Amino acid sequence: MAKTRAWRKWSVLPGFGLSMGYTLFYLSLIVLIPLAGTFLKTATLTWAQFWAAVASPRALASYRLTFGASLVAAAVNGVFGLIVAWVLVRYKFPGRRLVDALVDLPFALPTAVAGIALTMIYSPKGWLGQYLEPLGIKVAFTPLGITLALIFIGLPFVVRTVQPVLEDLEPEVEQVAASLGANRWQTFWRVIVPTLLPALLTGFALSFARAVGEYGSVIFIAGNMPMKTEITPLLIIIKLEQYDYAGATALAVAMLVVSFAMLLVINLLQRWGTRRHVS
Amino acid sequence: MTTPAHRTPESDPILGDGRSSPVASPPNGEGNPNRTSRHVTRRIAERATTEPRLVRWALIAVALGFLGAFVVLPMAAVFATALQKGISTYIDNIKDPMVLSAMKLTLIAAGIAVPLNLIFGLAASWAIAKFEFYGKQVLITFIDLPFSVSPVVSGLIYVLIFGLQGWFGPWLNEHDIKIIFAVPGIVLATIFVTFPFVARELIPLMQAQGAEEEEAALTLGASGWQTFRRVTLPNVKWGLLYGVILCNARAMGEFGAVSVVSGHIRGLTNTMTLHIEILYNEYHSVAAFAVASLLALLALVTLAIKSAVEWRVKQQLRSARQTVIEREAT
Repeated sequence: MAKTRAWRKWSVLPGFGLSMGYTLFYLSLIVLIPLAGTFLKTATLTWAQFWAAVASPRALASYRLTFGASLVAAAVNGVFGLIVAWVLVRYKFPGRRLVDALVDLPFALPTAVAGIALTMIYSPKGWLGQYLEPLGIKVAFTPLGITLALIFIGLPFVVRTVQPVLEDLEPEVEQVAASLGANRWQTFWRVIVPTLLPALLTGFALSFARAVGEYGSVIFIAGNMPMKTEITPLLIIIKLEQYDYAGATALAVAMLVVSFAMLLVINLLQRWGTRRHVS
Repeated sequence: MTTPAHRTPESDPILGDGRSSPVASPPNGEGNPNRTSRHVTRRIAERATTEPRLVRWALIAVALGFLGAFVVLPMAAVFATALQKGISTYIDNIKDPMVLSAMKLTLIAAGIAVPLNLIFGLAASWAIAKFEFYGKQVLITFIDLPFSVSPVVSGLIYVLIFGLQGWFGPWLNEHDIKIIFAVPGIVLATIFVTFPFVARELIPLMQAQGAEEEEAALTLGASGWQTFRRVTLPNVKWGLLYGVILCNARAMGEFGAVSVVSGHIRGLTNTMTLHIEILYNEYHSVAAFAVASLLALLALVTLAIKSAVEWRVKQQLRSARQTVIEREAT
């Protein structure tokens, strides 16, 4: 035990220095230094410049749209994701394994492909758009279309976080609830939902976080009209194309702060979930 | 004692197999009062622990309808539009030289990003899973960071470093090195967005497996490198494959980050996804969907391999946990 160092336990295995060194080197080079550079870049702006970029009416309108649509999409995914997870875990029906595999398609399908496909389906002459148009429902090129695209890309998160918890749920707990006189709805509401809650909220938060930053699947269906259907990531690209690097950086830093806050929330939710799970 | 909560597969076709009893249900013997009453008890218990049949069918219908509208329909739309003008137009659209050069660039970007992130994943998981040190959780969070950053911002951070207005921009310009609006920028952005994939598959798997097998190999005289190659790698191979497949799918499909750093120079800095955007915006939608169908096929192949590998990963994880339980029992 002569080699014991204060910050790590001694081990007989070799290669800690090499693997740890390389990990830190690569992580710094690809992730940490570029991210820190972005934050440093905002330091070259004055506070007034930063504020003008972050709180311009056009930026505020884009936040309202981005966060509003993401929130609605995450909520829809929360409800339907729970139903999909429930059906996949509890019921048996033909093609269940295929359906289970299909849930991950939004992870695997490139966002640009999803974007043009959804636009084609919901444009006024599209497969579904042509039936919705006479009803006065416009989907493509409206906030509704943006929400649909965000539902698509956030779909797997809730299913994949709820599913394992639901699988591990002991049937005995429900039997006890039933034998104590609870009906099915009471058992679901008072026994199952509280157990699933951490996973459900984690899935909701993951879906929301993903939706806020999403770009590829949204820009085709959005229509991209300033103040109306312009999401924040697109506004960053527009600023870049106008060579307004300061404005783009300010918006990017605002989005990074939101991302990190969401990451913190998700970590706390997951910790809550595992603590529950263990106890 | 009866097991009232268990419904047998025979009595109900749609109940999940995880909850069905392995014991076959007794035949409903009408002349036997004992059996009939048991049957009634079971029926009452079933009502309390699963949903009425109508609710079950309704929930399945809702779930399938939701997935149909959001997953199956877009996939069908991609292939239907791509083949709208016949198979020969489809082939012509794909054999277009601009499409071929976009394909080449996509393959180059993924071909560099995936191996680099694979090496990183192995190094990071070895350091994190096989050793105990302070700050481990912080390190894991840092590795996951790229997942929570918007793709557009992922591209922008490299523009701010290597772009003309960036930290190294003037110096790079003087030495005539192009990173942004050139292939290196695309590769960098691809590496960033796919950074955590392999590491985050391997870390939990190797953590569950512990370091005992490696320690045994070392005691028996294997070198560190032999131990890694002959003990660790075979133990994690399915998790490794799983991570690589997901990493590759994302690398080939990335759009936002690549879009920021590319500069959209046709035939030079256009990846497949960027080329889809150009074709689509120029109203060549059949051609756009033809290129998109290739990426959609890649997604389907990815899903197929993923499902095939998934249960093996779970098995490896389960056997690792089993070993831990047995070890603690003795």
